[in-house]
Amino acid sequence: MQTNGKVAEFSTGRKRQIILRRLSPFLTVLLLLLLWQGVTERQIISRILVPPPADVYAAFTAALADGTLAKHTMTTLGEMMYGLLLGVGIGLVLGYAIAKAPLLEYVLSPIIVAFQSTPIVAYAPLLIIWFGTGPSSKIVTTAVIVFFPALVNAIVGIRSVSPPLRDLMRSLNAGPWLTFRLLELPSALPVILAGLKTSATLAVIGAVVGEFVGSGSGLGVLVIMARSQYNTPLVVVTVLTMTVIALSLYGLVALVEWRFLVWQRRAAS
Amino acid sequence: MRLSVENIEVSFPGPAGDLLPALGPISFEVADDQFVCLLGPSGCGKSTLIRVLAGLLSPSAGAAYCDRELIQRPLAEAAIMFQDTNLMPWRTVLDNIALPLEVAGMSRPERYGAVRKLLPQLNLENFELAYPAELSGGMAQRVSLGRVIVQQPQVWLLDEPFAALDALTREALSLELLRLRARSRQTIILVTHDINEAVLLADRVIVMSRRPGALVADIPIDLPRPRSAEMIYKREFLQLAKRIRNCIEDQRA
Ligand SMILES: Nc1ncnc2c1ncn2[C@@H]1O[C@H](COP(=O)(O)OP(=O)(O)O)[C@@H](O)[C@H]1O
Ligand SMILES: [Mg+2]
Repeated sequence: MQTNGKVAEFSTGRKRQIILRRLSPFLTVLLLLLLWQGVTERQIISRILVPPPADVYAAFTAALADGTLAKHTMTTLGEMMYGLLLGVGIGLVLGYAIAKAPLLEYVLSPIIVAFQSTPIVAYAPLLIIWFGTGPSSKIVTTAVIVFFPALVNAIVGIRSVSPPLRDLMRSLNAGPWLTFRLLELPSALPVILAGLKTSATLAVIGAVVGEFVGSGSGLGVLVIMARSQYNTPLVVVTVLTMTVIALSLYGLVALVEWRFLVWQRRAAS
Repeated sequence: MRLSVENIEVSFPGPAGDLLPALGPISFEVADDQFVCLLGPSGCGKSTLIRVLAGLLSPSAGAAYCDRELIQRPLAEAAIMFQDTNLMPWRTVLDNIALPLEVAGMSRPERYGAVRKLLPQLNLENFELAYPAELSGGMAQRVSLGRVIVQQPQVWLLDEPFAALDALTREALSLELLRLRARSRQTIILVTHDINEAVLLADRVIVMSRRPGALVADIPIDLPRPRSAEMIYKREFLQLAKRIRNCIEDQRA
C-alpha cells in the first residue's frame, strides 16, 4: 500500500508537470497580451506606434466585415498553396533523383547553391519582371523559397535508407516502385516531414515578399496600404494574420506527422 | 534444392583502393534437403558467402549454382535471414512478417491470414500490433525468422539467426527451427559461432579459416533425428564437438 501511495503521488506530480508544460505556450501568449494592454493603457509608448488591443480588435472586425481581410488573405493563401505544391513537388522529385544519381548533384549544385544563398528579396523584382504583378510571380517566389528544405530533406531521407533493408527488398525481387513505396518512402518520411514543416512556415515569407515587391492584392499589399494610411492597427491585424497562417500550416504538417509516425512515438515511450 | 559453390572468391576495395581478398577460394556442395552449419572466426567471410548464395553479391571469381542454375540475382526459392534482425521499424510485427507476401502481390486479408497462422509457432500471438522497437531481442529474431518461413522457401540462408540471445532462448529457438523444418524438408545453410548449436542442428558442419575464409574441415554429423536438448550430453555429441573445436583451434595456432 505504501509503495502504491508513492507511485500515485509520483504520477500526479508528473501529470501536473506535463499539464504545465502543455499550458506554458498559452501562458506566454496571455502574458504578452497583458503586457501589451498595460503598456498602451498607461501611455508608456504612443498609441500611434503601439495601438491598444481594443483598437486592433476594432480594426480586425472592420476588416472582417467589409471583406478586405478575407480577400487579401485568400490571395496570399492561394499563392502559398500553389507555391508550396510547385516548390515542394519539384524539391522532392529532384531530391529523389539526386539521391539516386549523385552525379546530378555535381551538375546542379551551382544553380541550387546560388539560388539558395542569394536573398530572395534581392531577386524578387526580377521574378516580377518575368512573371508579372499577378499571382504567378508570388507563386514562383514561394516555390523558390520552399524548394530548398524539401530538396535537402528528400536527399538526406532517401540516402539514409538502411542498406541491409535495401538488400532485403532486393532479395524479395521487389522492383523500383515497390522499393519506393514499401521502403524508401516510409523510411524517409520523418525527415521529409521535418523539411515540410520548415517549408510550410517559409511559404508565407515567399508570398509576402513577392507581394511587397509588386502586386495588386494580398496580405503584403494590405500591410503597405495600411502603413501608408498610418493605420497601425490594421498593420498589426495583417501581420497577426500572417502569423496565424504560418502556425496553422505548421500545425497541419505536425498533424500529418502525428498520424503517420505512430511507430516513432511508440518507440520513444 | 542442391547448392554448389565452385571456387568462389570475393575481394573488397581496401583503404588504399587496392582489392583485398575477403573470402575464398572455397568450394563445396550442399545436397538437397541438407542442413549445413557454417562455422568460422568473425570477419572470415561467412556473411559474404551468404550474400553470394542469396544472389545479392557477385563473386569476384568462381560461381554459385542452385540446381545447376547460375545464381546471378535473388532466387524466388531462397530466403535470407540477415545477421541483424533487419526489421522495418515503421511496420508492426504482422506487417514485417507479411512483407514478402506484400511484395509478391498478395491481398491484405490473404497475407494477414497466412501470417496469423504462423504466429503461434513463433510465440508472437499477442504481439502482432507491436513495433520492432517494443520487442525484446529474442522476439525480434523470431519476427525475422517468421519473415523467412512465410516465404515457404526451398533454400534457407540464415546468417547468425540466434546471435545476441541468451543460451536457453537460443537453444529453444533453434530446436523450434528444427520442428518447423521437419514438416517439409528444405536445404538450410546456417551461420553460427556456437559449436554446440552447429552440432545440435546440422547434418554437416563446415569450418572456415580466417579471412579470406577457405574450407578447413567438412564434418558430417550423423546423430539421429529428431534432435533434442539432452543430446548435448551424449558421448557422440561431445566427440563431434571436440573434433570441431580442434579444427578451429588449429586455425588459431
Ligand atoms: N561491402 C564491404 N566492403 C568492404 N569490406 C567488406 C564489405 N563487406 C565485408 N567486408 C569485409 O570482408 C570481411 C568478411 O566480412 P563478413 O563476410 O561480414 O565476415 P563474417 O560474416 O564472417 O564475420 C570482413 O573483414 C569485412 O570487413
Ligand atoms: Mg557475419
